[in-house]
Amino acid sequence: MAYLELNNINKTYGTGDNTSEVLSNINLKIEEGEFVAIVGFTGSGKTTLVNLINGLITPTSGEVLFKGQKVEGTSHDRGVIFQNYSLLPWLTVGQNVYVAVKEAFPKKSKKELQELVAEYIEMVNLTPAINKRPKELSGGMRQRVSVARALAMDPEMIIMDEPLGALDALTRGNLQDEILNIWSRNKRTALLITNDVDEGIYMADRIIPLRPGPKATLGPEFKIDIERPRDKTELNDNTNFKETRNAIIEYLMDIGNERKSEEREAFVLPDLAPKDFVNQFK
Amino acid sequence: MSQSLTLNKISKFMGLGFISTLKDLFTGKLEKQDYAKFLRKFIVPIVSIFLFIGIWHMGAKALYNIEAEFKIEKALNEQGQAAADALKACIASGDISCQPNTLPSPAQVWDSYKSLLNDHRIISADKAAFKEKTAALNEKRIADGKDPIVYTGRPSFVDQIFRSLKTVFAGFFLAFLIAVPLGIFIGLSPTLKSAFNWFIQIFKPVSPVVWYLLVFMIVKTLLIDSSEDSSFTISFISVGLCSMWATLVNTAMGVSTVDKDYINVAKVLKLGPFQKVFKVVLPSSLPLIFTGLKITLSVAWMVLIAIELLAQSPGLGLFVWEEFQNGANDSNAKIIVAMFVIGIIGFLLDRLMLFIQNTVSFDKTDAI
Repeated sequence: MAYLELNNINKTYGTGDNTSEVLSNINLKIEEGEFVAIVGFTGSGKTTLVNLINGLITPTSGEVLFKGQKVEGTSHDRGVIFQNYSLLPWLTVGQNVYVAVKEAFPKKSKKELQELVAEYIEMVNLTPAINKRPKELSGGMRQRVSVARALAMDPEMIIMDEPLGALDALTRGNLQDEILNIWSRNKRTALLITNDVDEGIYMADRIIPLRPGPKATLGPEFKIDIERPRDKTELNDNTNFKETRNAIIEYLMDIGNERKSEEREAFVLPDLAPKDFVNQFK
Repeated sequence: MSQSLTLNKISKFMGLGFISTLKDLFTGKLEKQDYAKFLRKFIVPIVSIFLFIGIWHMGAKALYNIEAEFKIEKALNEQGQAAADALKACIASGDISCQPNTLPSPAQVWDSYKSLLNDHRIISADKAAFKEKTAALNEKRIADGKDPIVYTGRPSFVDQIFRSLKTVFAGFFLAFLIAVPLGIFIGLSPTLKSAFNWFIQIFKPVSPVVWYLLVFMIVKTLLIDSSEDSSFTISFISVGLCSMWATLVNTAMGVSTVDKDYINVAKVLKLGPFQKVFKVVLPSSLPLIFTGLKITLSVAWMVLIAIELLAQSPGLGLFVWEEFQNGANDSNAKIIVAMFVIGIIGFLLDRLMLFIQNTVSFDKTDAI
């Protein structure tokens, strides 16, 4: 039995004539300790998929199984890192993490919780900023707080919804390494949603493309057989990397082209000639 | 340098930015390019104030002439030429007994203001003397278990201002206590929202006078055994009920429109209902709640005058009404003094709310 299982998921929004089917026939199995990346275009329904897995929304049909149990509502076992950080702007960095651990470990004393907060903030190298508010931090720092908050609850699985999407390339690279570092310590199961194929290949064990919505569905999976820890510069010369990368990009491009040709409709222009004004008034 | 910075900060914080500009002028720190700003921020308002007073003065003079001519004409028609001439001479001499009663000029209002302050000084002195005189007696009365003798003379204008402020703050506090919790519940629960919606829609537009009558009906019966003066109770409850709607509607709206991202965070972290309200919902709706409270305070101050007048509760409203009924020759000027005092206090109350909002709100730029 897989750790996380999605069986025949369909998700539609709206009712009656306004129904739009966002996800259609999604099947996915993730094993314990695996790092899976789902790659897709913007607007292909990635966030909907993430919200189904973390329990914020329920599928229209089909079921999400987590450790054999049907997912109903959110759980501390599945930590979420949102695309837009979603930190509470009125709380400091420390307080943001504190709110999370307080809910996750209600039995711990205040002092233990504060130690926990300090530990995780140290882990993402933000100790000097612990009393700052999110507004005073850069995008990369904010996302690190978000990472600390998700991990501090000690989830069994981390779900990342385009966590680095809004960051510049340099910060992005650094944070990728940081997340991988943290992940490799206790090998939690991880699901990464991204629109960057390179990021997927660098970080994940397995990449699954999401065919663009409406009626988005998962494409064939690509296994990444590159040994960890991976090195970014070496990766560029790795034939395995190049092949996988080209295969995925080709696959995504093909779907894109397919869609474009589908969308292209031939418009038949009416056979019109300008009126003969001059003769009309004779 | 640091002192100027603090003054800068404080004046900006309270929305009184012109103070720091003024200070810069006197300390010679004003740069050349700042002069345009200084002109706009300081000179223009002063010029417009003088313009306002000038127009007022001329308007008052015109009205005075119309009234005087009318009076003389009336005397001529009813009593003949001799009476008309006598009246004309009387008006020209400035005798109080025959002055036309119309919009007072700025100078008259200023005189009334000074006479009101003087009156306050006299009454305060009287009060102090009374207290001194009765101190020994009151001590004895308290020791005997009797009620002490209190001053029962008429209140001065300044006393009435404080009484009005007391009423308005009691009313505002009542509105706050009712509207904020109720607004939170309504915002959180769609069921409660549909239960209360008709109630809000119907009672929101009800006039202060009707609120006063309603409160009067209820409080009169509830305090039927009490010999105490219920006018204060009635007026502050009416003020509260009149003014709470803005806060109620804004709070409900703020609470029900919290950013979906924050709600998702609350769900993912599995915050309990208490934590969710205090850590997520309330902080995020604070700017809207404060906008509501600001409107509530200004509405409270506005309806207070009407309600004090009806409730015969001592205060600025009653002052205005009594002066109007009184019809002495400086009554109109006193009413205008009260008008300015009401306006200025209203402005200061608004600044006070802005100050509190800036202190408690997380995002200083959100203040409206």
